[in-house]
Amino acid sequence: MADTVASPQVHGPVGQHDVDYLHDGSLLSWLTTVDHKKLGVMYLWSILFMFFLGGIFALLVRLELFAPGKTIMDAETYNKVFTLHGAIMVFLFIIPSIPAALGNFALPIMLGAKDVAFPRLNLLSFWIYATGAMIAVVAMVTGGVDTGWTFYTPYSTTTDGSVALMTFAAFVLGFSSILTGVNFIATVHKLRAPGMGWFKMPLFIWGIYSTAIIQVLATPVLAITLLLLIMERTFGVGVFDPKLGGDPVLFQHFFWFYSHPAVYIMILPGMAIISEIVPAMSQKTFFGYKATAFSSVAIAIVSFVVWGHHMFTSGQSQLAGAIFSFLTFLVGIPSAIKVFNWITTMYKGSISLQAPMLYALMFLILFGIGGLTGIFLGAMSVDIHLHDTYFVVAHFHYVMMGSTVIAFFGGLHYWWPKMFGRMYNETAARIAAILVFIGFNTTFLPQFLLGSRGMPRRYYNYLPEFQFLHQVSTVGSWILGLGFLIMAGYLFASLRKKFDAPPNPWHARTLEWQIPSPPITHNFHEVPVVKSDPYDYYRPFEPSVKGHH
Amino acid sequence: MSSETHVVEHGAEPAFRQHHFVDAEQQFSTSKIGMWLFLATEILMFGGLFVGYGLMQGVYPEAWVAGHHHLDRIMGAINTVFLLCSSFTMVMAVHASSTNQKSKTILNLLFTLAFAAGFLVIKYFEYSHKFHDGLLPGRYFAYHGGGPPQQAMFFGFYFVMTGLHGFHVVVGMALITWITIRASRGEFSSAYYTPVDLVGLYWHLVDLIWIYLFPLLYLVS
Repeated sequence: MADTVASPQVHGPVGQHDVDYLHDGSLLSWLTTVDHKKLGVMYLWSILFMFFLGGIFALLVRLELFAPGKTIMDAETYNKVFTLHGAIMVFLFIIPSIPAALGNFALPIMLGAKDVAFPRLNLLSFWIYATGAMIAVVAMVTGGVDTGWTFYTPYSTTTDGSVALMTFAAFVLGFSSILTGVNFIATVHKLRAPGMGWFKMPLFIWGIYSTAIIQVLATPVLAITLLLLIMERTFGVGVFDPKLGGDPVLFQHFFWFYSHPAVYIMILPGMAIISEIVPAMSQKTFFGYKATAFSSVAIAIVSFVVWGHHMFTSGQSQLAGAIFSFLTFLVGIPSAIKVFNWITTMYKGSISLQAPMLYALMFLILFGIGGLTGIFLGAMSVDIHLHDTYFVVAHFHYVMMGSTVIAFFGGLHYWWPKMFGRMYNETAARIAAILVFIGFNTTFLPQFLLGSRGMPRRYYNYLPEFQFLHQVSTVGSWILGLGFLIMAGYLFASLRKKFDAPPNPWHARTLEWQIPSPPITHNFHEVPVVKSDPYDYYRPFEPSVKGHH
Repeated sequence: MSSETHVVEHGAEPAFRQHHFVDAEQQFSTSKIGMWLFLATEILMFGGLFVGYGLMQGVYPEAWVAGHHHLDRIMGAINTVFLLCSSFTMVMAVHASSTNQKSKTILNLLFTLAFAAGFLVIKYFEYSHKFHDGLLPGRYFAYHGGGPPQQAMFFGFYFVMTGLHGFHVVVGMALITWITIRASRGEFSSAYYTPVDLVGLYWHLVDLIWIYLFPLLYLVS
């Protein structure tokens, strides 16, 4: 209880639930906890481990590409390594990262709720994730997978290895994602605190809510696609196999019907985090709140009708291609609305360049590049040239890693004091952030050049003229790795300290900053009554939570 | 928020209310939203199958016609009637539990279980007949009566679709058994019958999917 000294007078009856959530219950009780905060923390450690694993595979891929021909591994191994990098990063890290880890922790508190709508379902969802991860590990060690994370047929139905098992892992992980989505939608609809209308919700909630809609509506289609793929491998049904009269392009349609919306499952929560960091770190009222909120929903809706832009070269009709191309351009509108609103929010704000804000600024630059190159690829004629080249690799790394992962780490630095009650070393955090930024661009900017000059993605070997750019890219991956190593160092170091985080280190106004760091088990002693907008920085602060300030 | 729930709230605390809900009404409506969302995912999952089935039917209409001749319409029709009846008894069970009629709830749930079991028995006979004739999916297709080779794909779809549906029937039976036991312990009343209501919703969806599967598979031409 000495730890709560740092948090100012919190009134209310003194009972066991006044203990901060990290110390409430034995270590073993974490395994069966239904507390959304503990589940968020468990997800956090799980996905960070997966990020580490996927990162190791990424470093191996880059190392192999340091020179043409064989560098450290043979071609077969290389195929497996890049597949594992992709599959781990997509299914085990990015998709659950922000919603399941940070969202689980922050969403109920930001709504003024004691927990998510279905706490036991939340626990089930975590264990389904853990099961899926274990199946994936078994698939890796019993033969591996060399199909790429997209499992394209007919290669995936004919190659050796544990494709069926890996596919089953993705199938299981999908259910975890669905249940999280169901939980969040119900929570947002039904568990908002009194006074919190839809337009008084923090923008993080809007982003996570839009994400949840996609998780619920798109993931089942992936589930059935993967099930059909498993059937294809076990029974040779032939739906996707041209030899048996099936249609491999049908698999691509099915796969991208999920996996393109899944791209927005990845990016929307990233945008949602930026929408929290920018107003808090600029101490400015959010510019264009409703436009930003609705742009999240708009992206979610449009995401369902653009999948065909992955298939411009697959032989789909020119008309379909043109329609998909046009719809793809539409995504640029809500995305740009958000970017301009973030920038306008910063305008004349009192900007603090602490670690979370550094990540937000990095996001703006990297998402700008990633988003605009997406428009290039969405143009059919350009895509014919760039399809399946390193240009695509660079583009989606700018969006997935440069935007989502950077936003995730921004959010991690933003909520870390709240989650663990400790401040990290700010100087080290800034150094790491700058290294990550330099390393990221050194790794992926050359890949735009490689791709536009014709270097195909996924190739083991390449022409000597590409070697210089590949080497620059590989050196970049080491800088990136160093940045993350430093980050791991100061974050773990902070955990060894006593609680020293104030309740509100960023002077933010959303509800989670009005309770102690770390929060008590039930989040609030009394249900908060929300009186003001979440970003009312233009007027004196009026707390919604009783017994504080 | 009705005044009745306020009485419940300020009077004796109901055992079923979870701590993070303000009152029983909020808990009930939240659970319903969750169930409807789950049902939406089910529809999309089967929807993907229907789309694949429909597209392939468009490519190989003659194989589909030949394949569906091997299915027993009478058995399929009886199963349809079984599931329709089970939906009716399920509705009656939900109604009975919401009006404090314990024995009527249990009786209707048992009827629902019986219809579901009947469905599976007939499905078993249909499946074993197919196995016997070699009407199996993909590379295991061993029917010697001739016809277009893509019948193998038709039976691939047949077994995936009816198998996935059959799996849902089994899950539904487990759920119905669970609420029957809870009902016999007297856990449900007009104040709290959420589990019966939600299992009911699930069961109707399982029936509804069969209502689509039956004409799609058995009545092709």
